[in-house]
Amino acid sequence: MKKLNIFVVAIALLFGLTATTQAQITEKPEYGKFAITGATIHTVTNGTIEDGVILIEGEKIAYVGNNIRVTGDYKRIDATGKHVYPGFIDGWTGLGLVEISAVPVTVDDAEVGQFNPNMYAFTAFNPHSAAIPVTRVSGVTTVLAKPRSGSISGKAAVMDLWGYSPDSMAVKKSGALVMNLPSSTGGGWWDNRSEEEIKKQYDRQINEINDFMSKARFYDSMMKAYESDPSGKTKPDHDPRMEAMREVLSGDVPVIITANSEQEILDAIEWAGQQKGMNFILAGANEGWRVADEIAEAGMGVLTTTLYTPSRDYDNYQRPYQNPGLMAEAGVKVAIVSDDTENSRNTAFEAGYAAAYGMGTEEALKAVTINPAEMFGVADKIGSLEEGKQANLFISDGDPFEPLTNIEQVFIKGYKIPMQSRHSQLYDEFLDRDAVNK
Amino acid sequence: MKKLLTLCVMAVTFVVTVHAQEKGSVLIKNATVITVTNGDLENTDVLIRDGIIENIGKDLRAPRGVETVDATGKYVMPGIIDAHSHLNGVDINEARNPVTAEVTMEESVDPNEVGIYHALAGGATTIHLMHGSANVIGGQGETLKLRYGTTQDGMRFEGAKRTIKFALGENPTRVHGQGNGIQPRTRMGVEQVVRNHFDEALDYKRKREAYLEAKAEYDRGGRGTPPVPVAENLRYEVLNDIIEGEIYVHCHSYRADEILMLMRVFNDYGIKNYTFQHANEAFKVAPELAKNGAMTSVFSDWWAYKFEVYYSTAYNASILNANGVINSINSDNNQLLRTLNHEAAKVVRYGNTTVNDAIKMITLHPAIQLGIDDYVGSIEEGKHGDVVVWSGHPLSIYSLAEMTFVDGKKYFDRSNDPDDMRIDIDPGTDFEDGANFREIVTRRDEDACLQDAFILMQNNTQN
Repeated sequence: MKKLNIFVVAIALLFGLTATTQAQITEKPEYGKFAITGATIHTVTNGTIEDGVILIEGEKIAYVGNNIRVTGDYKRIDATGKHVYPGFIDGWTGLGLVEISAVPVTVDDAEVGQFNPNMYAFTAFNPHSAAIPVTRVSGVTTVLAKPRSGSISGKAAVMDLWGYSPDSMAVKKSGALVMNLPSSTGGGWWDNRSEEEIKKQYDRQINEINDFMSKARFYDSMMKAYESDPSGKTKPDHDPRMEAMREVLSGDVPVIITANSEQEILDAIEWAGQQKGMNFILAGANEGWRVADEIAEAGMGVLTTTLYTPSRDYDNYQRPYQNPGLMAEAGVKVAIVSDDTENSRNTAFEAGYAAAYGMGTEEALKAVTINPAEMFGVADKIGSLEEGKQANLFISDGDPFEPLTNIEQVFIKGYKIPMQSRHSQLYDEFLDRDAVNK
Repeated sequence: MKKLLTLCVMAVTFVVTVHAQEKGSVLIKNATVITVTNGDLENTDVLIRDGIIENIGKDLRAPRGVETVDATGKYVMPGIIDAHSHLNGVDINEARNPVTAEVTMEESVDPNEVGIYHALAGGATTIHLMHGSANVIGGQGETLKLRYGTTQDGMRFEGAKRTIKFALGENPTRVHGQGNGIQPRTRMGVEQVVRNHFDEALDYKRKREAYLEAKAEYDRGGRGTPPVPVAENLRYEVLNDIIEGEIYVHCHSYRADEILMLMRVFNDYGIKNYTFQHANEAFKVAPELAKNGAMTSVFSDWWAYKFEVYYSTAYNASILNANGVINSINSDNNQLLRTLNHEAAKVVRYGNTTVNDAIKMITLHPAIQLGIDDYVGSIEEGKHGDVVVWSGHPLSIYSLAEMTFVDGKKYFDRSNDPDDMRIDIDPGTDFEDGANFREIVTRRDEDACLQDAFILMQNNTQN
């Protein structure tokens, strides 16, 4: 009888354990009114506040400061000794569009065709990608998910990393138009075209792009003429590709041009200089430090990384780490990005290297918060801790650029996010796999 | 003439020997010394003499002629060891057969690769230069000290165990089954390729030994007919060396089931010293790995770049460590090799492994896996003077490697760090117009291990 009792207790314990495990997997976010107190608040735009308070009401930040007595029905989060930062923005990633890069059927960032301004990353953004929770628990709350193929790849989308539909996650559906210009210098040692062939091919491709741009401008002017006074005019045929260019031509949506080498960057600056009324950003810019003054003069922002090997064998080992700082020093607005998909979470460390090698912590922090927000035209909603902005933020036990720092709690659009992901769940399951038999 | 030849041979030997034995002396004063095996020692000096750590203690005096480095407020850590690299391999994959055990990286070492200097600037001192993962049983590896500016021979880590690359899963089945229409196309086939070759190797050994014995007897007595020769076969010789424990196996693998498979096979053939490389799903079979004494060498956080790493976790290393598996963190990538200290830091972040255990994963543990832990991997008297001076704690993102010593000789000094560190400058490379913009080797290259093997898959990439 006693034996049976032990058996029953054991079974009950077992079921209890199972239930707990499942409860963790289905943990829900919390939403409503929160008061985060006692923290060092890194607002990014208004300095650092010691022993500060942040009030969250619904989607928004209702208060940031240290001059308030919290009363009322706020859920209290004591963050004494902790730090609060705005959620980091990874401004260049395949997250949501690419699940497994080596499995083509899961890759949705490269449509067929040279000119695809009407392709929207927003449309293919998968809210249920396993990489999204993995990314957001590390403090990246918003990304620019970008298409990448052809000359005009499509529109990249600014997406929050919480939600069950692209609609509820989009900060801005048309974050930027992504473009790849042809290379005027050939592709490197494996490119065996002659100089003449390279020049011919470059001219042909750049002419195609210029041709497309003038058609788009013509379409835009035709449509404008019709819209301003339709009377007596036939409505021009609707063209989805041309239509998609209109918000770009007007400068409302920026154009991101990928360019890494010195010459590619100079080519991009030259080409962009010929386009009137548009806004341009460079992505990549591995050799930006070589032509930082030219980029600054052109007024182009830059999306860049740090963790790569020097682009030329004779370059100093630390140039990739120094590159963002050198560009910022020349007056370029710099955003530091992951240029990665499943490890978008490492954006903080990309920035950490820039901080350590000359950019400084404060400037590097801007490069993952307010700078990309401004470049993508969403600084009224995200990128800093200010009243009225979206409550995208995280609480950490230290400097988030340090790999030893823990990101303890993330909020996205006011939702207190479960700090779980496939990675943490596998840890919970397998740390002591056979515990039940012990 | 003969004399001249002898002189020449002697001269060459001398040069090679000098390169191989270039050793230095230095006294590093007043640092926090991360010994790895004996805790962190504050305000401590380390004396390296003629390449060997001679003394660790307080207020040590520099012997005459030995340079002193003031490391007050700084940290000294053993040089980082990368158990998985293709940094300066000339060729990586001999991909035309599922088994190429006879192949070796020995002559595939480029001692002039500037990436060696970049790795030194990241605090690395030893790498395991590996064959690629195209074949189930690939080529033998070379353990190299990053003695930048020496020769092929000058880089070799004397006394290191012989190693060989195995590979399971997608890579060999893609290259050979999918690309070439031969076994293995599946994980079933991979097992049989291993077993068949071990069996053939054992049969070969039996026959070869019988033949040699019969031949010796015939040569002694000269009676009867001479035995039918059994030709020497290098591939089978190497496979027998594996079975006899003379070669450590480093097996590219990802999924838990294939890891279990190879452990079963190895148990059947009595093979004991082996490390699973990458092993993204090793955490799922951590108890089995621990039971078999199998080791692992993993990425800190790479995942999802191919299907067989989709169900993996950045907590892998911490789970393995907690289960008593000797684990290292490797790079398999020339950029990651520059920042392995922070890859180790991520093991603390993901799963609360202690800082010292995390540091072991880039020092002592890879040393054990390469059979060089008697020489390197910790700061102990009698071990090699392969140490790095860091500006702060090496796991902090703000800490920079300031000096890197190999055998007590300084190969990197941040205060004397010219831009162009190339040794072998190809006059044909005019970079000025960006025309020869170097391929960015970097970031997430999911198939670094498949270098040289893509051509085999180009006919059949649709499947």
